[in-house]
Amino acid sequence: MNGREELPVMDLPNGPGAAAVLSAGIGCSLVAVLAIAADKSSVIKYLMNFYPPTGPLSGVTTTTIVVWLICWFALQCLWRKRNLPLARIRAIAVGLLIVSVLLTFPPIVDLF
Amino acid sequence: MKELDENFLRLWLIAMAALAWLAVLSGTYIVYPWYRAVPPTGAVNLSAFPQRLLLSSPATRGWHAIGMEWKEHVAWLVPISITMAAVVFSRYRRNLKNKPELRATVLTFILVSFFTAGIAGFFGALLNKHAPVDGGAAVRIIGGTQ
Repeated sequence: MNGREELPVMDLPNGPGAAAVLSAGIGCSLVAVLAIAADKSSVIKYLMNFYPPTGPLSGVTTTTIVVWLICWFALQCLWRKRNLPLARIRAIAVGLLIVSVLLTFPPIVDLF
Repeated sequence: MKELDENFLRLWLIAMAALAWLAVLSGTYIVYPWYRAVPPTGAVNLSAFPQRLLLSSPATRGWHAIGMEWKEHVAWLVPISITMAAVVFSRYRRNLKNKPELRATVLTFILVSFFTAGIAGFFGALLNKHAPVDGGAAVRIIGGTQ
């Protein structure tokens, strides 16, 4: 094979892909939710201050990454060999992504 | 899809993910502490304290309250989305052809991440015009004119 030939297509289970997109949606929304929580609650703001020079943003982003990776790993283990109805998972993941963009916009955050 | 195209797209996505992580981590842990540096009590010249400089005038307060507040959070959606896209493509490669819903979802995440990277880059550039980040006494990243 010289790299210029068309390759055969296989039918792999969509579970791992579904796990990746859903956990990405959860991770993105968590950035927004934790940022709002740290903005509105002095206790959470204090708890999220992992690295003082950066302030609560350090805890918000570190917690997000840890939860996102745990979610991804757990869903990957659950769905590794499964074929799932992707329409619903897609709607949830994209919905979470859009909500996360909106919830990071300060004028919307100020409504809470 | 040919093997060369497939390998190129895979490496491109991995490189984009690595650069996205580099951008948010350096922004959050190197540049942002300089931006939010607290001036000593009674300081009059705030040019070395970008956040306080912006907040000191109603004319520039919005650059922090909307620009920086949005940028510092929305930028983090980019590495998460692009990492997901890189992993999904690395796993499925040409087989994504058979999974239109998965392919469309990954593309949506990529498009939204480009949009959010644009927001972060746009506000980053304009914020630096209004309140350049000096980088403290030892390191000077951007030379201000004030």
